[in-house]
Amino acid sequence: MARKRLIQAINEALHEEMARDPKVILFGEDVEISMFGDTAGLHDRFGPDRVRNTPISEASLTGMAVGAAAGGYRVVLHMMFANFLYTGFDAIANQMAKLRLMTGGQIELPITIVAGYGGGRSTAAQHSDTPYPLLMNLGGLNVAVPATPRDAKGLMKTAIRGRDPTVFLEAGGRGGESGEVPDEEYLTPFGEAAVGREGTDVTIVAIGSMVRPAMRAAKLLDGQGISAEVLDCRTLVPLDEDGILRSVAKTGRLVVVDEARDRCSAASHIAAVVAERGFGSLAAPIRRLTVPDTAMPYAPVAEKHLLPDREKIVGAVKVLMAGSAP
Amino acid sequence: MQQNSDKAFPNRAPTNGQLLSMFERMLTIRRFEERLGEDFHAGKLPGGVHLYIGQEAVAVGVCAHLDDRDRIASTHRGHGHFIAKGGDPAPMVAEIYGKRDGICGGMGGSMHVADVSKGILGANGIVAGGIPIAAGAALAAQLDGDGRVAVCFFGDGAANEGVLMESMNIAALWQLPLIFVCEHNGFSEFSPSDTVTAGKIRERARPFGLPAELVDGNDIVAVWRAADRAIDRARTGQGPSFIEAATYRIRGHLEAEAHFLSRSYRSEEEVERWRRNDPIDRLSRHLLSSEICSEAEIAAIEARIQNSVEEAAAFAERADLPDADRAPGLMFAGPAPGAA
Repeated sequence: MARKRLIQAINEALHEEMARDPKVILFGEDVEISMFGDTAGLHDRFGPDRVRNTPISEASLTGMAVGAAAGGYRVVLHMMFANFLYTGFDAIANQMAKLRLMTGGQIELPITIVAGYGGGRSTAAQHSDTPYPLLMNLGGLNVAVPATPRDAKGLMKTAIRGRDPTVFLEAGGRGGESGEVPDEEYLTPFGEAAVGREGTDVTIVAIGSMVRPAMRAAKLLDGQGISAEVLDCRTLVPLDEDGILRSVAKTGRLVVVDEARDRCSAASHIAAVVAERGFGSLAAPIRRLTVPDTAMPYAPVAEKHLLPDREKIVGAVKVLMAGSAP
Repeated sequence: MQQNSDKAFPNRAPTNGQLLSMFERMLTIRRFEERLGEDFHAGKLPGGVHLYIGQEAVAVGVCAHLDDRDRIASTHRGHGHFIAKGGDPAPMVAEIYGKRDGICGGMGGSMHVADVSKGILGANGIVAGGIPIAAGAALAAQLDGDGRVAVCFFGDGAANEGVLMESMNIAALWQLPLIFVCEHNGFSEFSPSDTVTAGKIRERARPFGLPAELVDGNDIVAVWRAADRAIDRARTGQGPSFIEAATYRIRGHLEAEAHFLSRSYRSEEEVERWRRNDPIDRLSRHLLSSEICSEAEIAAIEARIQNSVEEAAAFAERADLPDADRAPGLMFAGPAPGAA
């Protein structure tokens, strides 16, 4: 075990997987110089055939990822900011997510799309989106949203070795956060939520960047006599529905913390799953903490106002505890 | 015409045997599509069909140079490309019937016929959707370094999609073994091309340094020769090329259009004029006048194809429906490694 920054863990995963399998190729805008640091050193080590800068041509790049994967390669496509997925969305939504079904299962598309997502750094409305609800809704994409360096590395390796397209979303600006990363080889499974902290009074399900404030909130609540269990989804597709339901069966209360906009958010989906399959366990209404249906503003004070944080999570849990039978 | 000057380009012509085999391939596409048109109007097909009738020389003249390792991306008007590239028409017809024995298990239909084992990455319901897919396949081919190529077929409508510009830029920049084949058939769905397209489409390739040429898309020999040059360039590491094939869509955008269009978007005289320029008639006249084959041999080819059309249609009608719950299990190839 060694402490590593999240971006460093992703970079290690890319180095290891490219060394392991010569069919892994990586391309995208400025991947050689690596704005975020996640692709640093890959071009020097693996050469221009396997790691190359592209023009700013998202519509073509997402389609090319499909064609290169159909041609036998494992493609890592770096899209820089998740908002740029929209520019390249046609091939993601119409080809990548559908080609396997349309061909009756003739094709496998091992593609990993990497992009930074989320707000909190005054990157303003066109560089701050959290688009995983759209991706979840397409049906044919895995969606990984790592919260810790350990999972970032393990989920990236799982994505690259997989047989299907995965969108791997890095929480923007959290690349510098550090955590323990095992020295030995490991993969982090898709579809298994991590229990960040065990508790008995309330389940806090958190996604990606929201795991850290959820953990901090749980710690604060603990000092106030409320035992919160924190679940980190790790992947939204596949979603660990059973793990979430098991936790809610134990605690009877659910708060879902999500950086996506409220309407049709991942939190909405998780809340619906628990309402349908776990209603009998609930001692209180489900609470969703999301971002209002608003474009992300630039001014830090306005941005902070929208994003869920430790205080909002603590507040939501307290309202839930006060309004329900013990 | 613009060409690289560092290599002499082949100036070959198809042999008599190749002409005869292309004739058979073109006629196969024609007869299968005529049958699909009839089947549609008879209410036998669950979905619509976009017929390639009149454009057969383009697919056949290009695909004559390809083998199974080469990859193509096609369009919503994709039956012709499928057959030209060596796809088996019987499971294609079964696919369009929505049957279990269809080439895609009945999950794709007319707009998505694909046979990956033959390098047919699929017809495509998104205009220009196949262009970057072919570019990606060309990147894979370039990395494999074994001389295989990729071809994207698209229409004049797709030439107005921005992704063509992006893909031409990347293909030229990386010298991908990719051939852009624009089938200029006169229409963007129901809009005559000159009402939606400025300038000449082939001219759009030239700023990127792509060799670009215009050919008579109803002249199989002209298409074959242009494709020969372009594919030779791609196979020998000299990068992408652009072919604009002038042709005409004899049938409508889709067979159902007569039922919902309130007015016509073209004149009968125009269609008639192009009927007289039919690529299959032109080739058969050439085969006969050059004494490459006899009337009797053409009749034998015709009979053979008719027979295969009947067999394929019977196979498709007889085939079982897919399981109603088939689709969800096809979205993912499998659990990711390490999954529970």
